Amino acid sequence: MADPELYPADVHHEHASLAVTERPWARAALMLVAFGFLAIFLLLPLVVVFEQAFSRGIGAFVEAINEHDTIAAIKLTLLVAVISVPLNLVFGVAAAWAIAKFEFKGKAFLITLIDLPFSVSPVISGLVYVLLFGASSLLGPWLKLHGIVILFAVPGIVLATVFVTFPFVARELIPLMQEQGTGDEEAALSLGANGWQTIWHVTLPNIKWGLLYGVLLCNARAMGEFGAVSVVSGHIRGMTNTMPLHVEILYNEYNAVGAFAVASVLAGLALVTLVLKTLLELRYGAEIAATRGH
Amino acid sequence: MTTAPAKAGWRFRQPSVIPGFGLTLGFSLAYLTLIILIPLSGLVWRSASLGWTDFWAIATDRRTVKALEISFGTAFIAAAINVVFGTIVAWVLVRYRFPGRRVIDAMVDLPFALPTAVAGIALTTLYSPKGWMGALLAPLGIKVAYTPLGIVIALVFIGLPFVVRTVQPIIEEIDKEVEEAAATLGANRFQTIFLVLFPGLAPAVVTGFALAFARGVGEYGSVIFIAGNLPYISEIAPLLIVIRLEEYDYAAATAIATIMLALSFAMLLVINLIQSWTRKRYG
Repeated sequence: MADPELYPADVHHEHASLAVTERPWARAALMLVAFGFLAIFLLLPLVVVFEQAFSRGIGAFVEAINEHDTIAAIKLTLLVAVISVPLNLVFGVAAAWAIAKFEFKGKAFLITLIDLPFSVSPVISGLVYVLLFGASSLLGPWLKLHGIVILFAVPGIVLATVFVTFPFVARELIPLMQEQGTGDEEAALSLGANGWQTIWHVTLPNIKWGLLYGVLLCNARAMGEFGAVSVVSGHIRGMTNTMPLHVEILYNEYNAVGAFAVASVLAGLALVTLVLKTLLELRYGAEIAATRGH
Repeated sequence: MTTAPAKAGWRFRQPSVIPGFGLTLGFSLAYLTLIILIPLSGLVWRSASLGWTDFWAIATDRRTVKALEISFGTAFIAAAINVVFGTIVAWVLVRYRFPGRRVIDAMVDLPFALPTAVAGIALTTLYSPKGWMGALLAPLGIKVAYTPLGIVIALVFIGLPFVVRTVQPIIEEIDKEVEEAAATLGANRFQTIFLVLFPGLAPAVVTGFALAFARGVGEYGSVIFIAGNLPYISEIAPLLIVIRLEEYDYAAATAIATIMLALSFAMLLVINLIQSWTRKRYG
């Protein structure tokens, strides 16, 4: 930034602004390209979801949602999220604690491993569990003998979802807690707090917005995951169908209103997620890790 | 800290008064191993136990090769499109002030939040011959739905936020004085942007490209609806894995998955190298 005493604002800035920005026509052209691109690729698909969902009126929409299999799919999606998000939340806090509060060998490698699920195709994330628990695997016969069902049932869907959403909370908390350092915890400990008191009364209040941010993104992905869940679910209507899978089934049955009705619920969820995410970023941007995205 | 004499030699962890290292690291490692490492190494192990001849036969099967070509090819084109338009979007969002900027900024993350299956059926409806975009393009003789072009469209949707969110913070950080200096030294705006600013943005653009590309290669949900899934033409590799699984051909599914993983990791490695090179060159 220019020092106001060295450079009188009036002349300098007038001159600088011409040199460091585009001409009006270039600005207009760039904005037109950006808005046009976003309108075609982001806005139109979103509008189509709701337009199709209500194309036969509200009555048809309500009927499509209020169908037995749809309600079962909504319940299953909620159940899967309720199990898998807390699991990854606990992991995220534990991993971030170990990584951010201590210096140890192999830390960078550990962070890379935590990010690994992001670079694996969702289909492969499901496939690995089919290979692990399927009938032809080493574990398969043993599981069958003991009557344990993992694949094509809720445990398999939960495992695949946990795999896919594994890094979300951890990658949000690690940079945040690294930035905060260990000063607050050391102070609490030196004043006589024990470990749990320190985490509960000092660390968690420090990271709560970043934690919420990570949970929000983790939950959105958990409820929306398609590829990984599709491989392990077995697609049993009313039993192992999550909402995204139900969308696919209805769509392939040429039940467009039904498919888009369920899809619009998921799109609504996505919009709520975006609004909450933006509010968190606006209000607590400084307290949320700088590494946005995903 | 300074009271204890520094001990020479290897030490796994630096001393600290903070408790819970063993518990948290132990739990994290156990969870990571159970959820991620064992299942993934199971895939590699199963693939290795196929034997070289079988593996090679699957890998060079024409349908496999075509599916991999389509996956990597469309992901590359989509990531390239996103690099151009994503950088423009990031530039407009950072540099210009206009009403609704916050809302548009938030909208960029829609592909992260919208379930891929929803994006898939929405794009298919949009680009089918009777859809809003499809009807517009049909008179021009452009078919999008049920062609490889449809795959590219879906992957552009999926990859956009990766580029915008990687480039945006770097544009925010650009020091205005650099631009002023360039202008003072006689560069026109075009020269300033392409010769002065872009080299600084290059590492972020490459990273954004890599993230969008990697995501596009593995993408499944948004693609399978719009692709039409014709073998040799618009069948992506993740779909071929699913098809082989449904045929109980676990060997083929495993082999294709291993090839995809290996190619993705090799690619990320190359891109990391390019990135550290550009950083050294222009950083």
